[in-house]
Amino acid sequence: MAEEVKLLKTWSSLFGLRIVWALKLKGIQFDSIDEDLTNKSPLLLQYNPVYKKVPVLVHNGKSISESLVIIEYIDETWKQNPLLSQDPYEKAMARFWAKFGDDKVLSSIWSVFINQGKEQEEALQVAMENLKLLEENLKGKKFFGGEKIGFLDLALGWLANLICVLEELSDIKIIDKERFPLLLGWMQEFSQAPLINESWPPREKLLTKFQIMRENQSL
Amino acid sequence: MSKGEVVVLDFWVSPFCMRVKIALEEKGVEYEGREEDLFGGKSELLLKSNPIYQKVPVLLHNGKPLCESTTIVSYIDEVWPSPPLLPPCAYGRAQARFWADFIDKKVFDAVGKIWRSKGKVAESAKEEFLEILKQLEGALGEKDYFGGDSFGFVDVIAIPLTSWFHAVEKFGGFKVEDECPKFSAWMKKCMQKESVAKIIPDPEKVYEFVIMMRKMQGIE
Repeated sequence: MAEEVKLLKTWSSLFGLRIVWALKLKGIQFDSIDEDLTNKSPLLLQYNPVYKKVPVLVHNGKSISESLVIIEYIDETWKQNPLLSQDPYEKAMARFWAKFGDDKVLSSIWSVFINQGKEQEEALQVAMENLKLLEENLKGKKFFGGEKIGFLDLALGWLANLICVLEELSDIKIIDKERFPLLLGWMQEFSQAPLINESWPPREKLLTKFQIMRENQSL
Repeated sequence: MSKGEVVVLDFWVSPFCMRVKIALEEKGVEYEGREEDLFGGKSELLLKSNPIYQKVPVLLHNGKPLCESTTIVSYIDEVWPSPPLLPPCAYGRAQARFWADFIDKKVFDAVGKIWRSKGKVAESAKEEFLEILKQLEGALGEKDYFGGDSFGFVDVIAIPLTSWFHAVEKFGGFKVEDECPKFSAWMKKCMQKESVAKIIPDPEKVYEFVIMMRKMQGIE
Protein backbone atom coordinates (compact mmCIF):
# COMPACT_ATOMS: atom_id res chain seq x y z
CA MET A 1 0.00 0.00 0.00
CA ALA A 2 1.34 3.42 -0.87
CA GLU A 3 2.01 5.27 2.34
CA GLU A 4 0.91 8.85 2.57
CA VAL A 5 2.72 10.77 5.27
CA LYS A 6 2.17 14.47 5.79
CA LEU A 7 3.66 16.69 8.45
CA LEU A 8 2.04 19.99 9.37
CA LYS A 9 4.54 22.28 11.07
CA THR A 10 6.01 25.77 10.80
CA TRP A 11 9.44 26.73 9.45
CA SER A 12 10.73 27.39 12.98
CA SER A 13 8.71 25.03 15.15
CA LEU A 14 11.01 23.23 17.58
CA PHE A 15 8.47 20.53 18.17
CA GLY A 16 7.91 20.10 14.44
CA LEU A 17 11.64 19.65 14.00
CA ARG A 18 11.53 16.60 16.28
CA ILE A 19 9.17 14.94 13.86
CA VAL A 20 11.26 15.86 10.82
CA TRP A 21 14.24 14.20 12.48
CA ALA A 22 12.27 11.10 13.50
CA LEU A 23 10.91 10.60 9.99
CA LYS A 24 14.30 11.18 8.36
CA LEU A 25 16.10 8.82 10.76
CA LYS A 26 13.60 6.13 9.81
CA GLY A 27 13.98 6.90 6.12
CA ILE A 28 10.30 7.73 5.68
CA GLN A 29 9.19 9.84 2.75
CA PHE A 30 6.87 12.62 3.78
CA ASP A 31 5.29 15.85 2.59
CA SER A 32 5.98 18.88 4.68
CA ILE A 33 3.37 21.61 5.00
CA ASP A 34 4.50 24.84 6.66
CA GLU A 35 1.58 26.51 8.37
CA ASP A 36 1.04 30.19 8.98
CA LEU A 37 -0.20 30.18 12.55
CA THR A 38 -1.70 33.65 12.19
CA ASN A 39 -3.91 32.20 9.49
CA LYS A 40 -4.45 28.53 10.26
CA SER A 41 -5.39 26.31 7.37
CA PRO A 42 -8.64 24.33 7.30
CA LEU A 43 -6.43 21.25 7.18
CA LEU A 44 -4.80 22.08 10.52
CA LEU A 45 -8.14 22.86 12.14
CA GLN A 46 -9.51 19.60 10.82
CA TYR A 47 -6.57 17.46 11.89
CA ASN A 48 -5.96 19.02 15.31
CA PRO A 49 -9.33 20.32 16.47
CA VAL A 50 -8.41 20.07 20.18
CA TYR A 51 -5.34 22.32 20.23
CA LYS A 52 -5.21 23.73 16.67
CA LYS A 53 -1.41 23.55 16.93
CA VAL A 54 1.53 22.11 15.07
CA PRO A 55 3.07 19.65 14.63
CA VAL A 56 0.48 17.22 13.33
CA LEU A 57 1.37 14.00 11.57
CA VAL A 58 -1.15 12.68 9.07
CA HIS A 59 -0.59 9.05 8.12
CA ASN A 60 -2.91 7.69 5.45
CA GLY A 61 -5.48 10.27 6.45
CA LYS A 62 -5.29 9.64 10.21
CA SER A 63 -3.94 12.47 12.33
CA ILE A 64 -1.78 12.39 15.43
CA SER A 65 -0.87 15.44 17.53
CA GLU A 66 1.54 16.26 20.39
CA SER A 67 5.14 15.80 19.31
CA LEU A 68 6.23 13.18 21.85
CA VAL A 69 3.10 11.12 21.12
CA ILE A 70 3.89 11.43 17.41
CA ILE A 71 7.47 10.19 17.87
CA GLU A 72 6.24 7.12 19.75
CA TYR A 73 3.72 6.49 16.97
CA ILE A 74 6.46 6.73 14.36
CA ASP A 75 8.67 4.38 16.37
CA GLU A 76 5.89 1.80 16.71
CA THR A 77 4.76 2.02 13.09
CA TRP A 78 8.15 1.90 11.38
CA LYS A 79 10.40 -0.53 13.20
CA GLN A 80 13.73 0.19 11.50
CA ASN A 81 16.26 2.25 13.44
CA PRO A 82 14.41 2.09 16.78
CA LEU A 83 14.28 5.29 18.84
CA LEU A 84 13.10 3.85 22.14
CA SER A 85 14.65 0.92 24.00
CA GLN A 86 12.70 -2.32 24.26
CA ASP A 87 13.49 -2.42 27.97
CA PRO A 88 10.50 -0.98 29.89
CA TYR A 89 12.68 0.74 32.51
CA GLU A 90 14.90 2.41 29.90
CA LYS A 91 11.79 3.46 28.03
CA ALA A 92 10.28 4.93 31.19
CA MET A 93 13.48 6.87 31.86
CA ALA A 94 13.51 8.29 28.34
CA ARG A 95 9.88 9.36 28.67
CA PHE A 96 10.51 10.88 32.11
CA TRP A 97 13.48 12.94 30.91
CA ALA A 98 11.69 14.05 27.75
CA LYS A 99 8.87 15.36 29.91
CA PHE A 100 11.40 17.03 32.22
CA GLY A 101 12.92 18.70 29.20
CA ASP A 102 9.58 20.08 28.08
CA ASP A 103 8.16 20.93 31.50
CA LYS A 104 11.27 22.33 33.18
CA VAL A 105 14.28 22.90 30.96
CA LEU A 106 12.52 24.71 28.16
CA SER A 107 10.60 27.06 30.43
CA SER A 108 13.62 27.81 32.63
CA ILE A 109 15.78 28.70 29.63
CA TRP A 110 13.00 30.81 28.18
CA SER A 111 12.84 32.66 31.51
CA VAL A 112 16.52 33.51 31.23
CA PHE A 113 15.98 34.78 27.73
CA ILE A 114 13.03 37.08 28.35
CA ASN A 115 14.06 38.51 31.72
CA GLN A 116 16.59 41.10 32.74
CA GLY A 117 18.63 42.01 35.83
CA LYS A 118 17.78 40.23 39.05
CA GLU A 119 15.00 38.11 37.53
CA GLN A 120 17.40 36.92 34.85
CA GLU A 121 20.00 36.00 37.49
CA GLU A 122 17.47 33.94 39.39
CA ALA A 123 16.17 32.33 36.22
CA LEU A 124 19.74 31.44 35.27
CA GLN A 125 20.25 29.60 38.58
CA VAL A 126 17.14 27.49 37.98
CA ALA A 127 18.12 26.79 34.36
CA MET A 128 21.59 25.70 35.41
CA GLU A 129 20.22 23.29 38.02
CA ASN A 130 18.02 21.72 35.37
CA LEU A 131 20.88 21.52 32.89
CA LYS A 132 23.11 19.89 35.51
CA LEU A 133 20.65 17.01 35.65
CA LEU A 134 20.91 16.57 31.89
CA GLU A 135 24.71 16.76 32.14
CA GLU A 136 24.66 13.88 34.66
CA ASN A 137 22.42 11.91 32.36
CA LEU A 138 25.10 12.00 29.65
CA LYS A 139 27.85 10.40 31.75
CA GLY A 140 29.50 7.62 29.76
CA LYS A 141 27.28 8.22 26.74
CA LYS A 142 27.74 9.82 23.37
CA PHE A 143 24.04 10.53 22.98
CA PHE A 144 21.19 10.44 25.50
CA GLY A 145 20.14 7.31 23.62
CA GLY A 146 23.58 5.74 24.11
CA GLU A 147 25.67 5.03 21.03
CA LYS A 148 22.95 6.16 18.66
CA ILE A 149 20.49 9.02 18.53
CA GLY A 150 17.27 8.07 20.26
CA PHE A 151 13.97 9.37 21.55
CA LEU A 152 15.47 11.56 24.24
CA ASP A 153 17.98 13.13 21.85
CA LEU A 154 15.13 14.13 19.57
CA ALA A 155 13.13 15.45 22.53
CA LEU A 156 16.05 17.57 23.75
CA GLY A 157 17.44 18.34 20.31
CA TRP A 158 16.11 21.89 20.35
CA LEU A 159 18.83 22.66 22.92
CA ALA A 160 21.55 21.91 20.41
CA ASN A 161 20.51 24.75 18.16
CA LEU A 162 18.33 27.19 20.00
CA ILE A 163 20.70 27.78 22.92
CA CYS A 164 23.24 29.50 20.68
CA VAL A 165 20.54 31.72 19.22
CA LEU A 166 19.20 32.72 22.62
CA GLU A 167 22.67 33.21 24.09
CA GLU A 168 23.63 35.50 21.24
CA LEU A 169 20.49 37.61 21.57
CA SER A 170 20.49 37.91 25.34
CA ASP A 171 24.28 38.21 25.59
CA ILE A 172 24.43 35.66 28.37
CA LYS A 173 26.21 32.31 28.47
CA ILE A 174 23.93 29.55 29.68
CA ILE A 175 25.82 26.42 28.70
CA ASP A 176 29.51 26.95 29.38
CA LYS A 177 32.40 24.53 28.87
CA GLU A 178 33.47 24.37 32.51
CA ARG A 179 30.11 23.42 33.93
CA PHE A 180 28.63 21.48 31.03
CA PRO A 181 31.38 19.75 29.03
CA LEU A 182 29.25 16.69 28.26
CA LEU A 183 26.23 18.72 27.24
CA LEU A 184 28.36 20.86 24.92
CA GLY A 185 29.91 17.71 23.46
CA TRP A 186 26.45 16.25 22.87
CA MET A 187 25.24 19.48 21.27
CA GLN A 188 28.07 19.29 18.77
CA GLU A 189 27.69 15.58 18.00
CA PHE A 190 23.95 15.90 17.63
CA SER A 191 23.98 19.10 15.54
CA GLN A 192 26.47 17.67 13.11
CA ALA A 193 24.86 14.28 12.71
CA PRO A 194 23.69 13.78 9.13
CA LEU A 195 19.94 14.23 8.68
CA ILE A 196 19.89 16.35 11.85
CA ASN A 197 22.24 18.92 10.45
CA GLU A 198 20.41 19.44 7.19
CA SER A 199 17.10 20.18 8.88
CA TRP A 200 17.93 23.19 11.04
CA PRO A 201 15.91 26.30 10.23
CA PRO A 202 17.95 29.20 8.81
CA ARG A 203 19.91 30.82 11.64
CA GLU A 204 19.42 34.43 10.54
CA LYS A 205 15.67 33.96 10.37
CA LEU A 206 15.68 32.42 13.85
CA LEU A 207 17.69 35.32 15.25
CA THR A 208 15.18 37.78 13.83
CA LYS A 209 12.19 35.83 15.06
CA PHE A 210 13.43 35.44 18.63
CA GLN A 211 14.60 39.01 18.82
CA ILE A 212 11.06 40.12 18.02
CA MET A 213 9.63 37.66 20.58
CA ARG A 214 11.99 39.02 23.22
CA GLU A 215 10.99 42.59 22.49
CA ASN A 216 7.31 41.70 22.64
CA GLN A 217 7.79 40.04 26.01
CA SER A 218 9.28 43.15 27.55
CA LEU A 219 6.48 45.40 26.29
CA MET B 1 2.00 -12.86 38.71
CA SER B 2 5.03 -11.83 40.65
CA LYS B 3 7.89 -10.18 38.84
CA GLY B 4 9.70 -8.93 41.87
CA GLU B 5 9.09 -6.52 44.68
CA VAL B 6 6.70 -3.66 44.06
CA VAL B 7 6.33 -0.68 46.39
CA VAL B 8 4.19 2.41 45.85
CA LEU B 9 5.02 5.61 47.71
CA ASP B 10 1.51 6.82 48.21
CA PHE B 11 -0.81 9.53 49.51
CA TRP B 12 -4.42 8.46 49.96
CA VAL B 13 -6.07 11.47 48.32
CA SER B 14 -3.64 11.88 45.42
CA PRO B 15 -5.40 10.96 42.18
CA PHE B 16 -1.97 10.38 40.65
CA CYS B 17 -1.20 7.69 43.21
CA MET B 18 -4.64 6.17 42.61
CA ARG B 19 -3.76 5.73 38.94
CA VAL B 20 -0.75 3.61 39.80
CA LYS B 21 -2.64 1.48 42.31
CA ILE B 22 -5.58 0.90 39.97
CA ALA B 23 -3.18 -0.18 37.21
CA LEU B 24 -1.48 -2.65 39.57
CA GLU B 25 -4.85 -3.97 40.77
CA GLU B 26 -5.99 -4.42 37.17
CA LYS B 27 -2.90 -6.46 36.47
CA GLY B 28 -3.25 -8.52 39.65
CA VAL B 29 0.17 -7.41 40.86
CA GLU B 30 0.89 -7.58 44.57
CA TYR B 31 2.36 -4.41 45.92
CA GLU B 32 3.10 -2.67 49.17
CA GLY B 33 1.61 0.80 49.53
CA ARG B 34 3.53 3.12 51.84
CA GLU B 35 1.60 6.18 52.90
CA GLU B 36 3.70 9.33 52.92
CA ASP B 37 3.12 12.10 55.41
CA LEU B 38 3.27 14.97 52.95
CA PHE B 39 2.48 17.59 55.59
CA GLY B 40 4.55 16.18 58.42
CA GLY B 41 7.67 15.35 56.48
CA LYS B 42 8.50 13.39 53.37
CA SER B 43 10.34 10.12 53.90
CA GLU B 44 14.03 9.65 53.11
CA LEU B 45 13.02 7.04 50.59
CA LEU B 46 10.77 9.49 48.74
CA LEU B 47 13.39 12.24 48.66
CA LYS B 48 16.00 9.75 47.46
CA SER B 49 13.74 8.11 44.88
CA ASN B 50 12.34 11.29 43.41
CA PRO B 51 14.96 13.95 44.02
CA ILE B 52 13.83 16.13 41.13
CA TYR B 53 10.17 16.58 42.00
CA GLN B 54 10.03 15.09 45.54
CA LYS B 55 6.46 14.03 44.85
CA VAL B 56 4.26 10.97 45.02
CA PRO B 57 3.57 8.60 43.42
CA VAL B 58 6.83 6.74 43.13
CA LEU B 59 6.85 3.13 42.02
CA LEU B 60 9.79 1.10 43.27
CA HIS B 61 10.21 -2.06 41.25
CA ASN B 62 12.94 -4.22 42.76
CA GLY B 63 14.29 -1.03 44.26
CA LYS B 64 14.41 0.90 40.97
CA PRO B 65 12.37 4.11 41.18
CA LEU B 66 9.90 5.37 38.60
CA CYS B 67 8.21 8.76 38.83
CA GLU B 68 5.39 10.64 37.08
CA SER B 69 2.13 8.71 37.20
CA THR B 70 1.42 8.46 33.47
CA THR B 71 4.95 7.18 32.83
CA ILE B 72 4.51 4.69 35.67
CA VAL B 73 1.20 3.39 34.29
CA SER B 74 2.84 2.89 30.86
CA TYR B 75 5.65 1.00 32.56
CA ILE B 76 3.21 -1.24 34.46
CA ASP B 77 1.39 -1.99 31.21
CA GLU B 78 4.64 -3.04 29.55
CA VAL B 79 6.06 -5.16 32.39
CA TRP B 80 2.77 -6.93 33.13
CA PRO B 81 1.12 -7.06 29.68
CA SER B 82 -2.03 -8.88 30.71
CA PRO B 83 -4.72 -7.63 30.60
CA PRO B 84 -3.49 -4.85 28.29
CA LEU B 85 -4.35 -1.23 29.07
CA LEU B 86 -3.23 0.15 25.72
CA PRO B 87 -4.74 -1.12 22.44
CA PRO B 88 -2.52 -3.21 20.13
CA CYS B 89 -2.39 -0.88 17.14
CA ALA B 90 -0.06 2.11 16.96
CA TYR B 91 -2.81 4.58 16.04
CA GLY B 92 -5.03 3.51 18.95
CA ARG B 93 -2.06 3.83 21.28
CA ALA B 94 -1.29 7.31 19.95
CA GLN B 95 -4.89 8.37 20.54
CA ALA B 96 -4.75 7.00 24.09
CA ARG B 97 -1.49 8.81 24.83
CA PHE B 98 -2.86 12.01 23.34
CA TRP B 99 -5.94 11.97 25.60
CA ALA B 100 -3.90 10.93 28.64
CA ASP B 101 -1.68 13.95 28.00
CA PHE B 102 -4.72 16.20 27.55
CA ILE B 103 -6.15 15.00 30.86
CA ASP B 104 -2.79 15.56 32.54
CA LYS B 105 -2.51 19.08 31.20
CA LYS B 106 -6.05 20.20 31.92
CA VAL B 107 -8.21 18.40 34.44
CA PHE B 108 -6.48 18.67 37.83
CA ASP B 109 -5.54 22.29 37.27
CA ALA B 110 -9.13 23.09 36.34
CA VAL B 111 -10.36 21.32 39.49
CA GLY B 112 -7.81 23.27 41.51
CA LYS B 113 -8.94 26.59 40.09
CA ILE B 114 -12.46 25.96 41.35
CA TRP B 115 -11.66 25.06 44.95
CA ARG B 116 -8.87 27.61 45.27
CA SER B 117 -11.07 30.57 44.35
CA LYS B 118 -14.35 32.31 45.10
CA GLY B 119 -16.98 34.40 43.41
CA LYS B 120 -16.50 35.34 39.77
CA VAL B 121 -13.13 33.60 39.48
CA ALA B 122 -14.62 30.33 40.73
CA GLU B 123 -17.55 30.79 38.35
CA SER B 124 -15.32 31.08 35.30
CA ALA B 125 -13.16 28.23 36.59
CA LYS B 126 -16.30 26.09 36.72
CA GLU B 127 -17.12 26.98 33.10
CA GLU B 128 -13.60 26.06 32.05
CA PHE B 129 -13.83 22.75 33.90
CA LEU B 130 -17.14 21.81 32.28
CA GLU B 131 -15.75 22.72 28.87
CA ILE B 132 -12.91 20.27 29.42
CA LEU B 133 -15.35 17.52 30.45
CA LYS B 134 -17.38 18.18 27.30
CA GLN B 135 -14.23 17.74 25.20
CA LEU B 136 -13.63 14.44 26.97
CA GLU B 137 -17.23 13.43 26.25
CA GLY B 138 -16.40 14.03 22.59
CA ALA B 139 -13.43 11.68 22.87
CA LEU B 140 -15.59 9.07 24.62
CA GLY B 141 -18.24 9.19 21.91
CA GLU B 142 -20.59 6.23 22.09
CA LYS B 143 -18.00 3.95 23.68
CA ASP B 144 -18.40 2.38 27.10
CA TYR B 145 -14.89 3.35 28.07
CA PHE B 146 -12.22 5.60 26.58
CA GLY B 147 -10.48 2.32 25.82
CA GLY B 148 -13.49 1.06 23.82
CA ASP B 149 -15.20 -2.08 25.09
CA SER B 150 -12.82 -2.53 27.95
CA PHE B 151 -11.36 -0.40 30.71
CA GLY B 152 -8.03 0.91 29.48
CA PHE B 153 -5.17 3.36 29.73
CA VAL B 154 -7.13 6.60 29.45
CA ASP B 155 -9.77 5.32 31.86
CA VAL B 156 -7.04 4.58 34.44
CA ILE B 157 -5.58 8.06 33.93
CA ALA B 158 -8.94 9.82 34.17
CA ILE B 159 -11.06 8.05 36.79
CA PRO B 160 -9.04 8.97 39.91
CA LEU B 161 -9.45 12.68 39.17
CA THR B 162 -13.20 12.25 39.45
CA SER B 163 -12.81 11.51 43.16
CA TRP B 164 -12.27 15.27 43.55
CA PHE B 165 -15.39 16.23 41.60
CA HIS B 166 -17.82 15.96 44.51
CA ALA B 167 -15.76 18.55 46.37
CA VAL B 168 -15.77 21.07 43.50
CA GLU B 169 -19.44 20.39 42.84
CA LYS B 170 -20.12 21.50 46.40
CA PHE B 171 -17.97 24.62 46.11
CA GLY B 172 -19.12 25.46 42.61
CA GLY B 173 -22.80 24.71 43.16
CA PHE B 174 -23.25 22.38 40.21
CA LYS B 175 -23.47 18.70 39.39
CA VAL B 176 -21.42 16.94 36.73
CA GLU B 177 -24.36 14.57 36.25
CA ASP B 178 -26.58 17.45 35.10
CA GLU B 179 -24.01 19.23 32.97
CA CYS B 180 -22.18 16.26 31.43
CA PRO B 181 -24.44 13.20 31.67
CA LYS B 182 -22.30 11.08 29.33
CA PHE B 183 -19.21 11.71 31.40
CA SER B 184 -21.15 10.97 34.55
CA ALA B 185 -22.36 7.67 33.09
CA TRP B 186 -18.78 6.73 32.26
CA MET B 187 -17.76 7.55 35.85
CA LYS B 188 -20.46 5.24 37.22
CA LYS B 189 -19.43 2.44 34.89
CA CYS B 190 -15.79 2.68 36.00
CA MET B 191 -16.77 2.71 39.66
CA GLN B 192 -18.34 -0.71 39.15
CA LYS B 193 -14.93 -2.16 38.42
CA GLU B 194 -13.39 -3.94 41.38
CA SER B 195 -9.99 -2.28 41.01
CA VAL B 196 -11.51 1.18 40.88
CA ALA B 197 -13.99 0.70 43.72
CA LYS B 198 -11.19 -0.62 45.91
CA ILE B 199 -8.86 2.32 45.36
CA ILE B 200 -11.04 5.43 44.92
CA PRO B 201 -11.62 7.02 48.36
CA ASP B 202 -14.97 8.18 49.72
CA PRO B 203 -15.73 11.52 47.97
CA GLU B 204 -16.92 12.95 51.32
CA LYS B 205 -13.47 12.34 52.77
CA VAL B 206 -11.89 14.05 49.75
CA TYR B 207 -14.27 16.96 50.29
CA GLU B 208 -13.16 17.22 53.94
CA PHE B 209 -9.55 17.18 52.78
CA VAL B 210 -10.19 20.01 50.33
CA ILE B 211 -11.91 22.04 53.07
CA MET B 212 -8.78 21.59 55.16
CA MET B 213 -6.58 22.67 52.24
CA ARG B 214 -8.69 25.78 51.71
CA LYS B 215 -8.31 26.69 55.40
CA MET B 216 -4.58 26.11 55.20
CA GLN B 217 -4.32 28.37 52.18
CA GLY B 218 -6.49 31.03 53.75
CA ILE B 219 -9.38 30.74 51.29
CA GLU B 220 -12.74 31.24 52.90
